Amino acid sequence: MSLENHPKDAMLHDRSIGELGALLDRGEVSSLELTRHLLARIEALNPVLNALVSVTAAQAIAAASLADRRRAAGESGPLLGIPLIHKDIFCTDGVRTSCGSRMLDNFIAPYDATVVARLKAAGAVMLGKANMDEFAMGSSNETSFYGPVKNPWDLGKVPGGSSGGSAAAVAARLAPFATGTDTGGSIRQPAALTGVTGIKPTYGRVSRYGMIAFASSLDQAGVFTRSAADAATVLQAMAGFDPRDSTSVDLPVPDYRAALGASLKGLKIGLLKEFSDGLEPRNAALIEAALEVFRSLGAETLEMSLPNLPLSVPTYYVVAPAECSSNLSRFDGVRFGYRCEDPRDLMDLYKRSRGEGFGAEVKRRIMTGTYVLSAGYFDAYYLKAQKVRQLITNDFRAAFERVDLLLGPTTPTPAFAIGAKIDDPVTMYLNDIYTIGANLAGVPALSMPGGFIDGLPMGVQLIGPHFAEARLLNAAHQYQLATDWHDRVAPGIT
Amino acid sequence: MSDWEVVIGLEIHAQLATRSKIFSGAATAYGAPPNSQASLVDLAYPGVLPVLNAEAVRMAVKFGLAIGAQIAERSIFARKNYFYPDLPKGYQISQYEQPVVGRGAIDIVLDDGVRKTVGITRAHLEEDAGKSLHEGLAHASGIDLNRAGTPLLEIVSEPDMRSAKEAVAYMKKLHTLVRYLEICDGNMQEGSFRCDANVSVRPRGREKFGTRAEIKNLNSFRFVEKAIHYEVARQVELLESGGHVIQETRLYDSDKDETRSMRSKEEANDYRYFPDPDLLPLQIGREFIESVRATLPELPDQKAARFAAGFELSAYDAGVLSASRELGAYFEAVVDAVGAPHAKLAANWVMGELSSALNRDSLEIRDARVDPRALGGLLQRIVDATISGKIAKDVFEAMWSEGQDADAIIAAKGLRQITDTGAIAAVIDAVIAANPKQLADYRAGKDKLFGFFIGQVMKATEGKANPAQLNELLRAKLGGA
Repeated sequence: MSLENHPKDAMLHDRSIGELGALLDRGEVSSLELTRHLLARIEALNPVLNALVSVTAAQAIAAASLADRRRAAGESGPLLGIPLIHKDIFCTDGVRTSCGSRMLDNFIAPYDATVVARLKAAGAVMLGKANMDEFAMGSSNETSFYGPVKNPWDLGKVPGGSSGGSAAAVAARLAPFATGTDTGGSIRQPAALTGVTGIKPTYGRVSRYGMIAFASSLDQAGVFTRSAADAATVLQAMAGFDPRDSTSVDLPVPDYRAALGASLKGLKIGLLKEFSDGLEPRNAALIEAALEVFRSLGAETLEMSLPNLPLSVPTYYVVAPAECSSNLSRFDGVRFGYRCEDPRDLMDLYKRSRGEGFGAEVKRRIMTGTYVLSAGYFDAYYLKAQKVRQLITNDFRAAFERVDLLLGPTTPTPAFAIGAKIDDPVTMYLNDIYTIGANLAGVPALSMPGGFIDGLPMGVQLIGPHFAEARLLNAAHQYQLATDWHDRVAPGIT
Repeated sequence: MSDWEVVIGLEIHAQLATRSKIFSGAATAYGAPPNSQASLVDLAYPGVLPVLNAEAVRMAVKFGLAIGAQIAERSIFARKNYFYPDLPKGYQISQYEQPVVGRGAIDIVLDDGVRKTVGITRAHLEEDAGKSLHEGLAHASGIDLNRAGTPLLEIVSEPDMRSAKEAVAYMKKLHTLVRYLEICDGNMQEGSFRCDANVSVRPRGREKFGTRAEIKNLNSFRFVEKAIHYEVARQVELLESGGHVIQETRLYDSDKDETRSMRSKEEANDYRYFPDPDLLPLQIGREFIESVRATLPELPDQKAARFAAGFELSAYDAGVLSASRELGAYFEAVVDAVGAPHAKLAANWVMGELSSALNRDSLEIRDARVDPRALGGLLQRIVDATISGKIAKDVFEAMWSEGQDADAIIAAKGLRQITDTGAIAAVIDAVIAANPKQLADYRAGKDKLFGFFIGQVMKATEGKANPAQLNELLRAKLGGA
């Protein structure tokens, strides 16, 4: 994969958000030029990567021109004129919002999600919509109606999921940032497998309005960038209370960028026994190396335990399907989305529209969820899972009374081959073993590049207490000042 | 036939009179073109989220305080999952295990004056569904989602009622109460106040309840009474012929006056209730409760007690006059105009002439063509003997149709009573002179002829002779004085 570029543009796609902002401010490049450059790059690379399911070139050109006019009129802002890609789970006014499903292949959203509206208001320029696992259910991007996304590091490998298109797009330098959502690791896991930085904020920090629900009590919007510093810039624009989301939290948003300079001296980092036990030796070595970097920056590290954490995966696979089985009931072929041909009667309309509109993994989770909520099973599954969830949350709270952050792997292994696990749901579900805990507890977590195994990127995960995004981002930023894993680019992608 | 006891519990759905829906900003007005009041939230578009309408909560709390119930400090919204085209999300947001209003009670008064307390188990907030439309559509069904998301308060009674009459009295009492509180317009034709009845029978004296049937969607007092009568007869007949009642949902068909099975318990949906993760638990603080309590109006029972004691009315009259805030206010305004010592007269007129005129013209009290001050003015003319009660009825009719006040009509039509003794005596003399035979018969002992002479004088005076004076003078003159 190579691309002919005008010399001036040659490295434009390699620039960070901060660098692009400076270029735009100095007038060395316009948003229109930048947007055209990236659209050309998408045109060249997306047929191979399948990272985007929609390219919104005309809207992007219009938005870039508008951003240039705003800047010419004296406006400024860190995202003004900066291109991005939205995960196709966010409703975008007038643009197809498919959620990776045949069910919504024909769905043109009539409104902007709050995340979309906020980034639009900040002047960011949407280039298109990213591929994803169907309704965000998957860990490999193979459940998408639009086919799997290829990992830019190895086209035979998955990029992770469910936000695989967003991760691959940022890793392939198709855009300086992309939005994602994380219900059980759907930002952090693909970020790790594609060598980019991804943050899942505290539940309630970013509005869920307009984000198509998978599991409402776990879903949280976040962002993929190439560095923690860029993530701070984007999260600043995304975060904050939204009266249209009752679960969003009405707390002031701190200045994330201002927090990036703080020293890590005395920072207490916990290493979880539950994460280290049985960790593959090369993965364990990467984690130890990351801890060493933090120690060299003045942090203290200590081992600790979250005894209920091993129950995360089974707990999650009760709670998330339960909520999804109800959330996805609205896709009934009546008001929008896929409708079967010539329904005989109401039951036929429901059964075939849903039967034909949903893919296998979505159906599996709807059935699991329906089962665990059923009379006679509710107490044994749903109620029990809620109790365990509370215990896990309590474990995290207790841990954060002793340490400032937790550190561990993001995934057990690097990216696996396309097709390797898709027929084995339980093995697939275990991919999220290190990420699900943060969703159950609602705490923020990020994954940052931390090395390689077999030439494939691996992530290091940082988990913080509720609303400690600034601390997480600064720790990652300090780490990234001391390392260069996040600057590595997939071979052949430049 | 053995002696059967009827056991009834009611679930009443009162549509709360908020301007916007319970979880969206769309309007709730009735009768708009289909789907013109359905927002993206009501249509359950992908990605939208519910936001609780605080006004609906305030109304629920107001109801809870009025029935002396515990208001839950923390209540939970739950999803009731089932598929139906008029239920856009595929679930209804309701309250299940932790409702906002806990146990309370209301008193009902039966026709024989007996008072009875009916327990209210709970009241919870939920959203209404839309409507399926089948008329005028060939091979298709239409869906109107204007009503989807309209706030409802579901009020669940204890199985405390023992007859259809008690059930109706309870339902009427709640109907009065929600309108007093101004939390529901009570319009039953539009479905703003409707009821499901749980009905069972048991041999009198047995403690254990019989198996119940639930009759759905009764939207008038009459239908509630008839449906229960039918259902009780059906169950008794079934049991007496050796059968047994099955637990099921039944529908009342008012055309055929019967209930029909909709679905049995075995076929019932498993609603898979679970807490709605899109809505936080509803927390209600002391301060909020007290602020709502401060807005409580005088309640029906309080008003009836005040009328009975203050105006020396019977319990029955006091109950009728306090059946709605508007009627009570009208009555009190009439009393103000005519004076408290004549409250009984005011009560008779409000419950008599005024009510029949309203009924005849199908008008609500607020549309009465005679305002309370004017009615009070008319009653004053009875009190001061300007006109008789009989003439007053004619004056009232004229006021109703012409809109003028009593004095203008009395003057224009010359209806003022003749109270001049001399004038009445002159008429009596003339009548006696013209009827010598009757006079002789009367004096011979035919007392009944007294009425004949009264009639002749009234005829001659066009009914305007003061009855008391006429009586006295006539008796004297006939007696030969």
